Amino acid sequence: MSGPVSPVKAPARLIVAVPYLWLGLFFLAPFAMVLRIALSDAATALPPYAPHFEGFAALRDFLAGLDLENFGLIWVDPLYWQSYLLSLRIAALTTLIALAIGYPLAYAMASAPARWRAILLVLVILPFWTSFLIRVYAWIGILRPEGLLDMALAALGLSDQPLRLLNTETAVLIGMVYSYLPFMVLPLYATLEKLDRSLLEAAADLGATPLRAFLTVTLPLSLPGILAGSALVFIPAIGEFVIPDLLGGPDTTMIGKVLWTEFFSNRDWPLASAVAVVLLVVLVLPLALLQRARVRAGEGGGAA
Amino acid sequence: MNVQKGRGAAAMRKASPGSVRRAFQPWNDPAAQPLVEFRGVTKRFGGVTAVADVSLSLYPREFFALLGPSGCGKTTLMRMLAGFETPDEGQILLDGVEITTVPPHLRPVNMMFQSYALFPHLSVADNIGYGLKREGLPRVEIDRRVAEMLALVKLDGLGKRRPDQLSGGQRQRVALARALAKRPKLLLLDEPMAALDRKLREATQFELMDIQSELGTAFMVVTHDQDEAMTMADRMAVMDHGRLVQIGPPDVIYEAPVNRHVAEFVGDINIIEGRVEAIDGDLVSVTTPLAGRVELNEEAPALSPGAPVLVGLRPEKIVLSHDEPAQGSNKVRGEIWDIGYLGDMTMVQVMVGGDDGQLLKVSLTNRSRRIERPFAWEDTVWLSWDVEAGLVLKP
Repeated sequence: MSGPVSPVKAPARLIVAVPYLWLGLFFLAPFAMVLRIALSDAATALPPYAPHFEGFAALRDFLAGLDLENFGLIWVDPLYWQSYLLSLRIAALTTLIALAIGYPLAYAMASAPARWRAILLVLVILPFWTSFLIRVYAWIGILRPEGLLDMALAALGLSDQPLRLLNTETAVLIGMVYSYLPFMVLPLYATLEKLDRSLLEAAADLGATPLRAFLTVTLPLSLPGILAGSALVFIPAIGEFVIPDLLGGPDTTMIGKVLWTEFFSNRDWPLASAVAVVLLVVLVLPLALLQRARVRAGEGGGAA
Repeated sequence: MNVQKGRGAAAMRKASPGSVRRAFQPWNDPAAQPLVEFRGVTKRFGGVTAVADVSLSLYPREFFALLGPSGCGKTTLMRMLAGFETPDEGQILLDGVEITTVPPHLRPVNMMFQSYALFPHLSVADNIGYGLKREGLPRVEIDRRVAEMLALVKLDGLGKRRPDQLSGGQRQRVALARALAKRPKLLLLDEPMAALDRKLREATQFELMDIQSELGTAFMVVTHDQDEAMTMADRMAVMDHGRLVQIGPPDVIYEAPVNRHVAEFVGDINIIEGRVEAIDGDLVSVTTPLAGRVELNEEAPALSPGAPVLVGLRPEKIVLSHDEPAQGSNKVRGEIWDIGYLGDMTMVQVMVGGDDGQLLKVSLTNRSRRIERPFAWEDTVWLSWDVEAGLVLKP
């Protein structure tokens, strides 16, 4: 860039600053506070912790007394890493199932006549008009023994044994897939709707069967939608607390539930904060890697 | 006699671009086997008839153009040949085999799309090799054919690029190479030049003709651009409202259009209303309120005296002069209303029959570099033409 900065550019820069300011205020600052608590000792006081870091004068003392024992406990105690693993597994399964259901759904929506698309889109968003909590509670009524599902199966003569789904991992999965499906469908629909139909005609014209055309044209071109949808489902799913709490059993201790228990039942804020920090690292790392992979894929063609 | 087209023809055409190859006329040869046959094909969308009872034969090695205004059904006709639309009535035959309902991926026909429809996620080489890969050819053979195609369209060395790294003209060549890679017997081209600027369009037209005669593939081009159709095609068909109005070589369509629609759609024409006065062999005399008596030659005119007719006069066939021509008929006086200078020629609009008369277009070839023109606005001039110039159209 050369030449004098034109007066229009100053407001433009301010506009760019707004999201960074927002991130700094509402993400970075709280995270620093959580990190500070995570590096503290638990104390029976109000607030129930004893801070090590009190001003820059005490920086040397702080570094000397910096306490990583909370992170050590998370590393040593199997409860925590097993919860992380369970959360990862449930979030991954949720993402895969949501993708398996959401892709055909989004594809059908994008292929529907234009006048239908708006209606179908509203139908996908419609559940958001009801409270998330109420919708999850409703699943208890469906899944519980002698609940709506059991009654329906019995009425159809398919099964007279109760399925005993409630308070199992399956129930959590059902609830998670149900809750997060729209987040998968919407970005997929957005990419599939933009897809140029003449590309599929070109593929057919060149001898590709409909399946081959899908695999070689539609699927690779909808990859950005798949990645966006998967991130939108996977990230909130991994820290989900309400669904495992309401639909899960005693052994579905996802990390969000552990976090809640440490904060409110055990009142161990430093440990809970350490759990949150580790969760963030587990989330931010794969996301950062994903972003880098996407940027690289975008540049891929440049290497001619 | 049928002379095969080949490299010789391509070279000859380079010497005289746009010339009509009289030797190649399989449509006049009853023994010639058509490559494509439409038999009474009709296609409706809802209540609209897009293609109405079209029967048409295309021959091997032919360069065929479908010309018509947008919405005339030309694209639908082509898409039925590619297999993207199924006719409601009639049959389509390729090499004598009925293909009316064969799905597109099983037809030995390839198409170059108006939008090019290049796969944005694949390299140029993978785009061109896409159809070959579907055929299950070995990698080595695919690479060889892709290189061959890149050379054919003069894109050597660009195989690794992505479509979005190419210019519009280069993308068009990739689309052409991809459609030709499977060596189809028939290539369909949907408005192939629509996205190119004028200079590039002209160059590409001749290149396309060279590629066509080099490969011996039959080409069917859909276009709304009459210059494009006339430059490239052996034969062209003019469509209007789903019907084929006229099929023939470009010069026949231009000089002997079957009706007013064709005459007006292909090139500029002045239409003068009149009534048949007398017929003497091939010479037809027409009385017109505008230009008095008009005489014109018409082979075997199916007209009777007293019948209302239209006289068509192409602008380039009219002579403009300040002095009254000596001939007794085929002349009219008027006033110059407009002069449009186009570089190679000048288009003059002359008002004939008073201020409420009719504007006639006359084109003058600018043979000299002199800027001073012999004609100016508001000049009173004489328009005259030969007996061979006018054509008779039924109203």
